[in-house]
Amino acid sequence: MYPHANHKEDQPILDIQKLSVRYDGRYALDGITFHLHPGELVAVVGPNGAGKSTLFKVIAGVLPLTSGQVSVFGSGPQAHICIAYIPQRNQVDWHFPVTVADVVMMGRSAKLRPFSWPSKRDWELVREALATVEMSDLAGRQISQLSGGQQQRMFIARALAQEAELMLMDEPLSGLDNPAQESLLSLLGKLQQKKVTVIVATHDLEQAARYFDRILLLNRRLVGFGPASQVLQPEKLLLAYGGRIQRLNTESGLLALDDNCCDGRDEPL
Amino acid sequence: MNILLDWLVEPLSYAFMQRGLIAAVLVGIVCAVVGTYVVLRGMAFFGDALAHAILPGVALGYLVNEGAREPLFWWALGTSIVSALGIGAISKKAQIKEDTAIGIIFAGMFALGIALISTVRSYAVDLSHFLFGDVLAVSAQNLWITAIFSGLVIFTIFAFYKEFLTLSFDPVLATTLRMPVGLLNNLLLVLIAVTIAVSLQTVGVALMVAMLVTPAATAYLLTRRLPYMMALAAALASLAGVIGLYLSYYLSIASGAAIVLTSTAIFVLAWAGRTLIQTYQQRSLAAT
Repeated sequence: MYPHANHKEDQPILDIQKLSVRYDGRYALDGITFHLHPGELVAVVGPNGAGKSTLFKVIAGVLPLTSGQVSVFGSGPQAHICIAYIPQRNQVDWHFPVTVADVVMMGRSAKLRPFSWPSKRDWELVREALATVEMSDLAGRQISQLSGGQQQRMFIARALAQEAELMLMDEPLSGLDNPAQESLLSLLGKLQQKKVTVIVATHDLEQAARYFDRILLLNRRLVGFGPASQVLQPEKLLLAYGGRIQRLNTESGLLALDDNCCDGRDEPL
Repeated sequence: MNILLDWLVEPLSYAFMQRGLIAAVLVGIVCAVVGTYVVLRGMAFFGDALAHAILPGVALGYLVNEGAREPLFWWALGTSIVSALGIGAISKKAQIKEDTAIGIIFAGMFALGIALISTVRSYAVDLSHFLFGDVLAVSAQNLWITAIFSGLVIFTIFAFYKEFLTLSFDPVLATTLRMPVGLLNNLLLVLIAVTIAVSLQTVGVALMVAMLVTPAATAYLLTRRLPYMMALAAALASLAGVIGLYLSYYLSIASGAAIVLTSTAIFVLAWAGRTLIQTYQQRSLAAT
């Protein structure tokens, strides 16, 4: 078991103060401030290049911040093992020689001592995690043989095996067909019952409004944070999506957005 | 039957063949196990370059010890570890892409090695020894060193199994699990470096990359889990070592080349077999 920080339970699960991140003199994130309650389900929306992945990686303690403060249960994220970052599916080598159970077991490796091997209890937890995401029958599958929805649920099982309390999911819904999206969204509800705090980056504003407690509207700056009724207002959306927005009918909440903005540069890492 | 047995036993009456076989199998196993990570992490070019980069160290050792080959392992080991960690550090900071940095530095070191060796009169013979190895010239002392260091490398790979697996599959996960990612990355580089030093005598600098990637790539085609991939790669590498040495003995071809060619042939067979099976499966799937 590698060293990690203790939780101060009176502190918020995530507290971000004036967070800024710069690459090559350009702000990827600028002055972000917000905090989350345990068990909240939050959607992060904004155009491509808005800094969603950067935000997630800073929260996960994978990427350094330029200024400001990120704290998880009262201390910086770098020492916490309760944060799970669930990668975009296209960033994973699906031909890596591992089975579903192997990947889920990786989530346990932080809890194992160096030089030790998984115990019965670890395998038990892996089985439980797979049961929660309804993939028990796929434990022995090689990961290249999974569908998109199954790939995403496997990573959630891995985060459960890790006993993560804060899960960061980068575009988990994109590229999934409707039934797979539905099953993933209902799984998010299940996580909420387990008091897991979940932050999901998504492009789908309608889904964000329907399934999430709060919406964080981001475009390098925090444009809005709160319930959908407050955040998904035309003026805020215009601010976030800029000139790339086309308003069709704001009365019924219909909006056409073009989120393929910016210079098309990928965010680092 | 007896003829076949004679054919198999005859070479073993020579002590140099016995030592050569043991060395080929040992080196095959350690290269295959380490090579699994070289293949999965896409480090074939790094491995090839690193093998070439140890030449100046080996050449220097050769000049200092006036042609004695016994101490060369230590020179190879030192150069190899320093080069591996050096390139690890440089590629983090450099303004140019990692493979370009590796190309510039390691080719330069290789040239330096050749330049050093060319100052000796028996230049061609010595150089070809370093480039292509000579498993039949392995001494008993060489064999002990090979066995000890191979054992150390394999032990380390198993001791840090979950760490190396997690780090190779998903470095971001390794970081969020707060593993010492930088240290583990460097440890893996050192393991590759030690493996290269151990294998120098057997296959030489030029063919080293084949020992690292070919059996591992063959196993990658045929297995679906890392432990099986490692085990199969080790078995195939041992097989290639033994078959290669017999071929070398009976056909009088260079031992390193014979081993690598055997290994390549096994890969081609596995690849062809897999492709055939996949085509067949797709056809029968289309038929239903």
